[in-house]
Amino acid sequence: MKFERKDILGLKDYSRDEINFILDTAESLKEISTRKIKKVPTLRGKTVISLFYEPSTRTRTSFEIAAKRLSADAVNITASASSVVKGETLIDTARNLESMNPDIIIMRHSAAGAPHILARLLKHQSIINAGDGAHEHPTQSLLDMMTIREKRGKIDGLRVALIGDIAHSRVARSNIYGLTIMGAEVALCGPAMMMPREIDKMGVTVHNRMEEAIRDADIIMMLRIQLERQKNNMFPSVREYAKLYCLTPDRVKMAKKNVLVMHPGPINRGVEIDPQIADGPYSVILEQVTNGVALRMALLYLLAGGK
Amino acid sequence: MRLLLKGGRIIDPSQNMDATMDLLIEKGTVSRIATTIPERKGEKTAVIDLTGMILTPGLIDMHTHLREPGHEYKETVQTGSEAAVAGGFTSIACMANTEPINDNRSVTEFILRQAQAAGMARVYPVAAVSKGEQGKFLTEFADLKDAGAVALSDDGNPVMDSRLMRNALEYASSLGIPIISHCEDTNLSAGGQMNEGYTSTELGLQGIPNTAEHIMIARDIALAEFSNVSVHIAHVSTAESVRIIREAKKRGVMVTAETAPHYFTLTDEALKEFSTNYKMYPPLRKNEDVEAIKEGLKDGTIDAIASDHAPHSSIEKDVEFEYAANGIIGLETSLSASLILVKENVLSLSQLIEKMSTNPSGILKIPGGTLKAGSNADITVIDLQKKWIVKADTFRSKSRNTPFEGRKFRGRAVLTIVGGNVKYSILSLPGRKI
Repeated sequence: MKFERKDILGLKDYSRDEINFILDTAESLKEISTRKIKKVPTLRGKTVISLFYEPSTRTRTSFEIAAKRLSADAVNITASASSVVKGETLIDTARNLESMNPDIIIMRHSAAGAPHILARLLKHQSIINAGDGAHEHPTQSLLDMMTIREKRGKIDGLRVALIGDIAHSRVARSNIYGLTIMGAEVALCGPAMMMPREIDKMGVTVHNRMEEAIRDADIIMMLRIQLERQKNNMFPSVREYAKLYCLTPDRVKMAKKNVLVMHPGPINRGVEIDPQIADGPYSVILEQVTNGVALRMALLYLLAGGK
Repeated sequence: MRLLLKGGRIIDPSQNMDATMDLLIEKGTVSRIATTIPERKGEKTAVIDLTGMILTPGLIDMHTHLREPGHEYKETVQTGSEAAVAGGFTSIACMANTEPINDNRSVTEFILRQAQAAGMARVYPVAAVSKGEQGKFLTEFADLKDAGAVALSDDGNPVMDSRLMRNALEYASSLGIPIISHCEDTNLSAGGQMNEGYTSTELGLQGIPNTAEHIMIARDIALAEFSNVSVHIAHVSTAESVRIIREAKKRGVMVTAETAPHYFTLTDEALKEFSTNYKMYPPLRKNEDVEAIKEGLKDGTIDAIASDHAPHSSIEKDVEFEYAANGIIGLETSLSASLILVKENVLSLSQLIEKMSTNPSGILKIPGGTLKAGSNADITVIDLQKKWIVKADTFRSKSRNTPFEGRKFRGRAVLTIVGGNVKYSILSLPGRKI
């Protein structure tokens, strides 16, 4: 199979074959990170810029390590949110970066659709969406699916519960697209204020009670709750949120015996996930992070080198 | 100077007229309409053959933004009124959200002076309901009316304070000046980027629910009904709004309403590429809403079609969707987009002209909307067969933010006459320099 895409913006229009191909590639590159000398020359001479308009530790570091293990030259740009208001426009920034001839630009932005502006504008650069507003976060979903496939050998037919702030979550959207394309059954649960309108049309089930969503689940994915949402009355208190939506040992028991507990991080201990669960035997949270590097190596390779 | 328009099909809803006739203009007014008006020898008469053309009372756009004073880089009274005549409009009403806000006599008078100097379409300023459109203190309605304001509106902002709105409606009614209400519950719409529905869920953009609009329409209707005064609802976009207005009209409430062409030609699915030229307030809605708007136009619930022409430059529009300003231009596409309603049998041609000329004139109580003898010779000539492709680069408006770029339209204004003078023509006129 050949990977034909110029950019990776979102999983919405991906095929099952394409996703499997990316995951296969990631699996084959995973071993590099376990070597004594964790570097291959594959992307030598390629320039990868990460342009982050939102703070990020995990994703940015993961991409940077991925690029470096493939011998690409990796440059990080952190744009402060204030420059968005007063400084250079995104289009001007894009044109300036283009003038320095990078090969791949990895972008995170708080505004949905921002990476799409770059993808349309720059004809010779590949754009990877590292999260755009509440729209998509395709690399997170791909690394989640890589982890599921690795642990369960398949995704098709599994029951996945996705719990928390669905409305504001790009991870939720990419995972809903990705998992349903791969044949999983997706059950959602979260506070009514955080359940976006008509989301059932995406081919998922929506549940009011967390217990219904996680019953017999093969996978439980917890989403991070942004505590500042309380100010907008998106939930009344952390205490009440945890009471209804925290993944506790009692609740985990309702899922399948070999359930996998996942979280895109960073976790709020005691809010959406009980520390016992986060650190317990069902949790694959840190394996997600490990797979993140391999998955991002695969994407960089497919976009810049694998042609 | 006399101008004789020969052989056009004259559609004048104010006189129930739809016939092929000649029309004679003398001294800037319509002097006579008759089956045949002979050219008299010895008098200087320019003759324009309008065979195959539609001739209507000059179109009136009761909802535009001309951006002057304050944002002249987006539009001026000059460029806006030039765009108006190019779109077939002989009169336009311009909203008060300029900088400074048109909340006092000096701004109203300034706009009127600029319009006079431009000498294109007639320009009727709409002044603010509240000082600075802040929703706190009423403007001087009587003084503004005296200065030339034809209506009052905080358009761009709603009047959230119901007590202030009640006072405004009652006071305006006593002075005989209409209130145009921008209906938006800003608590419900806060942070919203587009219509709330499946598309907003997909795109991860915060939605603006239909309720943000019709809750306020219901409120304004309640206020108007209680005080037995009239209110005009701007840019209706939802099915529920249409239903609420329809029921109110049935009860005899003095409510009138307008919609804009994008609310009956486009849906929120157009936003899938995150193009900011589909971003406006109220937002593009769902297909069900589009159908309800058409139904409302058809059964008379919606009285008028207005463009809500809202120019913005690339500075406001070539940015991330979330940061982009609300608003699209419409003066030069409004008629062509609205002619789709005729093609789809939603409205007859005469009903369309009623909603784009006669009714706006009646709601704003301004001249026009008729070709009766003695009225201003404000005339729009439409070629229903004329095919054209929207290219914003060729627009007279200073701004380019149209959602119809590249769209193929059939039918447009080809000749616009204001007060007997040709202000726009793409007809070849024999022996006359335009």
